[in-house]
Amino acid sequence: MNQQDVRIERPTAPEVEEGFWQGVKDCIPTLLGYLSIGFAAGVVEKTAGLSMMEIALISLLLYAGSAQFIVSGMLAASSSSLAIITTVLFVNLRHLLLSAALSPYFRHLSPLKNMLIGSLLTDETFGVAINETVKKRRISEKWMHGLNITAYLNWFAANMAGAFFGQWLTNPERYGLDFALPAMFIGLLALAIASRSNKLLDIIVAAAAVAIVVGVSMLASGSTAVITATVIAATIGMVIDKWK
Amino acid sequence: MEVRWDILVIIIGAGIVTFIPRVLPLMALSRIELPDWGMRWLHYVPISVMAALVGQELFTQDGELSSLADNIKLVAALPTLVVAIKSRSLLMTVLTGMVSMMLLRLFF
Repeated sequence: MNQQDVRIERPTAPEVEEGFWQGVKDCIPTLLGYLSIGFAAGVVEKTAGLSMMEIALISLLLYAGSAQFIVSGMLAASSSSLAIITTVLFVNLRHLLLSAALSPYFRHLSPLKNMLIGSLLTDETFGVAINETVKKRRISEKWMHGLNITAYLNWFAANMAGAFFGQWLTNPERYGLDFALPAMFIGLLALAIASRSNKLLDIIVAAAAVAIVVGVSMLASGSTAVITATVIAATIGMVIDKWK
Repeated sequence: MEVRWDILVIIIGAGIVTFIPRVLPLMALSRIELPDWGMRWLHYVPISVMAALVGQELFTQDGELSSLADNIKLVAALPTLVVAIKSRSLLMTVLTGMVSMMLLRLFF
């Protein structure tokens, strides 16, 4: 964070503000990837018993791939509302970090404008935006809206298409659709570790999380295990990072 | 086309607990700086939560340790991981995972 602070506190030369349509264009390379995950999410939501209207609402109001898979899975397993919402909270806590990491590049905007930008923040738009900061000291508001809104509409369309075709896919497991989510997490995990400086410590933290989640799963519910593993593994990472 | 009340409550509740971590740092961090240990802890949260979710999916089945002998998810995870590292493409990774799973279910 310190490095980023230094960068934006330097007197900045006038930069060309990139517009809305440039943001739309910069979103295009990511569209196909999330189209497939959104389609899989729509199918899984449909087979978990959600109606088309409920799928439209969940993709627009929740707008988070992993969380939508988790809600579908937990609904199918008849989990309580409180357990579902708590699990979603913990799974989506990672957005705190994404949002915090982007905040230095939006200091020129008011809190309300920052809220609008953050409300559509995803792993994918974060990835595109953080690449943009390599060449820029601040990110254009219009560009970010172009990126965010394109990803949002793509996600909604993909969910609805999955829900529509999900009517005929009575057995999505046959097509490997149930593996779309674990595959996405394997991909995000590999990409995240590949882009970071201390890969060994990241791998230690990931291995600790796996060991803890498996251990706690024997004793408690699945969502409790994920939450426990996340808190302990992140603490291990923090302590080793600080201590070394 | 109906929307059930209990589902609506879950969607809105999940939406709110997702919205807050998305917007709060962007809104607040222009004024408040998190303590160093807080940023460090947050730095390891994404890796931890994703690894935990992958670990749970691959190694457990209904609260029991999955058998390692016929664990097709674990087998499908191997080409998926290799493609993730080699291609650095989320799309290729997801497609590899799905096709691997489809083929494994077809033959085993």
